[in-house]
Amino acid sequence: THSVHLYAPILLVHIASRCVISGLSSSDKRHPNRARTVTMQAQMQFQSARTVSCVRATRGRAQPKVLCRAFNSMESPFAEELKKNAAYIAQKGKGILASDESNATTGKRLQSVGVDNTEENRRDWRELLYTAPGLGQYVSGAIMFEETLYQKARDGSQFVDILLAQGIYPGIKVDTGLQVLPGGKGETTTQGLDNLADRCKAYRKQGAKFAKWRAVIKIGEAGCPSTTAILENAHGLARYAQICQENGLVPIVEPEVTLGPGDYSIDETAFWSERVYSHVMRLLNEYGVILEGILLKPNMCLPARGHAPPGLDAPVASPEEVARVTVRTMMRSIPPAVPGIHFLSGGMSEEEATLNLQALNDEAPNAPWALTFSYGRALQATTLKTWAGKESNWAAAQDILVKLAKANSEAAAGKFKGPHPVPGGGRILQALRTGGSGK
Amino acid sequence: MALMMKQSAGLKAVSAARSRKSVVVRAGKYDEELVKTAHTVASKGRGILAMDESNATCGKRLDSIGVENTEENRRAYRELLCTTPGLGQFISGAILFEETLYQSTKDGRKFVDAMKAENIVPGIKVDKGLVPLANTNGESWCMGLDGLDKRCAEYYKAGARFAKWRSVVSIPHGPSIIAARDCAYGLARYAAIAQNAGLVPIVEPEVLLDGEHDIDRCLEVQEAVWAETFKYMADNKVLFEGILLKPAMVTPGADCPNRAGPAKVAEYTLKMLRRRVPPAVPGIMFLSGGQSELESTLNLNAMNQQPNPW
Repeated sequence: THSVHLYAPILLVHIASRCVISGLSSSDKRHPNRARTVTMQAQMQFQSARTVSCVRATRGRAQPKVLCRAFNSMESPFAEELKKNAAYIAQKGKGILASDESNATTGKRLQSVGVDNTEENRRDWRELLYTAPGLGQYVSGAIMFEETLYQKARDGSQFVDILLAQGIYPGIKVDTGLQVLPGGKGETTTQGLDNLADRCKAYRKQGAKFAKWRAVIKIGEAGCPSTTAILENAHGLARYAQICQENGLVPIVEPEVTLGPGDYSIDETAFWSERVYSHVMRLLNEYGVILEGILLKPNMCLPARGHAPPGLDAPVASPEEVARVTVRTMMRSIPPAVPGIHFLSGGMSEEEATLNLQALNDEAPNAPWALTFSYGRALQATTLKTWAGKESNWAAAQDILVKLAKANSEAAAGKFKGPHPVPGGGRILQALRTGGSGK
Repeated sequence: MALMMKQSAGLKAVSAARSRKSVVVRAGKYDEELVKTAHTVASKGRGILAMDESNATCGKRLDSIGVENTEENRRAYRELLCTTPGLGQFISGAILFEETLYQSTKDGRKFVDAMKAENIVPGIKVDKGLVPLANTNGESWCMGLDGLDKRCAEYYKAGARFAKWRSVVSIPHGPSIIAARDCAYGLARYAAIAQNAGLVPIVEPEVLLDGEHDIDRCLEVQEAVWAETFKYMADNKVLFEGILLKPAMVTPGADCPNRAGPAKVAEYTLKMLRRRVPPAVPGIMFLSGGQSELESTLNLNAMNQQPNPW
């Protein structure tokens, strides 16, 4: 007997010594999920190509071990730092400001208040957000777009330093946008794995402590979500998470289950969310991602009723119902090792986003993970309208931002009593934009 | 664009727009009862008495005290256990072998009734034992899926309310991908079938203590096995609020020179559980699998020094 090093997929590979290593037998009738089993096996071999697997070959058949050294959890020099940073961002009573809109998307926002989409204006807008006095009491992390990560305030100080001085960890969006999957159902995958390791290293050097990647799984239309879409998006998230951790950034894992047009219940949203999270978790496990060093950014479970425009005039589910179903879904899907669940605000008004978050914390005051926020428009929509590009509105805009952040911070601690700073706002829809937010 | 509701045998199917496929949102007939039973069995301060030895194994035990292996002697021994006064303060459930489920005390009371009177939930072993797994290095798989739905329905009628199925994974023998996968797959299918028949499934992928491996290797294997198990259970739409887990603690192998005290076993075991077990699971009952009585109690005590979500 002697050792054999495996670098190749093992389905019926002949090694020059006297042993035969056979993988999944094609006549194995016991497993109806053969196709998936083969895919999983191929993925496990992908992992084993990176870490050396020693198989003691005996005469006759031998099976490779089930798990090569999960190098991330054992040898990653960043393991402790990742856990520490994730725990900091997920601390009770704080949440994340999502300000990572691409230049194109930011442009649309600015244009809606009559401001031109120039680098200078984008810089001004982000400076307004990051220098809001006292924001750091309520916000523990801010996600930035690449351009913003390298920008400076008017007085020349780096945005990342301004944020850190407030106790807000800088984060960076690393995906390069959605791409439509073949099949004609409008389902998407997310791009961004190419050169990701190098980019993570550079971002970390600039001061980023965490990263974000948004995967979108569409439900509510014929044939959606397909198995292809679920597996493809889960795979992207797992590989992204692995690469981030390898390079010292805490990955925010965002599997957004997006409500397509249609008429369906909150239970149906929950059903598909559970399926999606199950696939995401299993790949995170298989790829050796350290769960104590990630954050999750899911959607809350919401119903949708009506057709065009989808969801806008649908009756709003009560916060209690949203909370009951969402907590149930999380309890079934997310192991306690994950320190924080930061919900996105898509599909809710600013007020709904806060009330639902409070209801979540009422429903599960002793949840093993933080139930908190990673809000973009639920913090920025009214702030932007208040500023409208005018210097004279600067302070007022910052004021409303901090009030909104405070309300959500209280909700994340289960202490929001009202009234909401911006009551009765309209629902903000999360559209399925494709074409690459990396521009 | 009518909303079509299909009701069939307790499953709720919701289907909308003409071309959209149906979504079965699980609403099993026994869901509420399963959750209640699981919580009763997992009640704080109480545990499970495993008395489900097969006739052959029970025979070995009786032999060790010079008692002949007859049905009457097995019945008398189980009567001693089931009718111990005050047992229900510390025992929430008892796993029985099939023969025992149908037996009665000397004065004609059914065992299941005697147990229920003590608030002890009767359980039943439903697997059909371990057999060698082809093309592996001495690993095994657990049989029992054939006809399981009918067997479970009969056991429910006889008074059982939870079930047990023990698969094993051996670290010195690999473990190979197919052994781990079959272990998880068998457990998942068993769990789904048991729940549909009203029995709370105890999910037990025992990672055997045998071997020279260290505690880190045990952690690695346990994490992989539990990941597979939850993966297949999710695919089979098992209701996590209505199952119980029976894991092995994360320890060094029996022949490993580096021993681990209760604090370390607790730390590693809790780490594994936190990484793999959704909080929806109401209870985790550890097997002792070769640890001494003292060791296993000290380890369990160490684990309960801090609060946990299950």
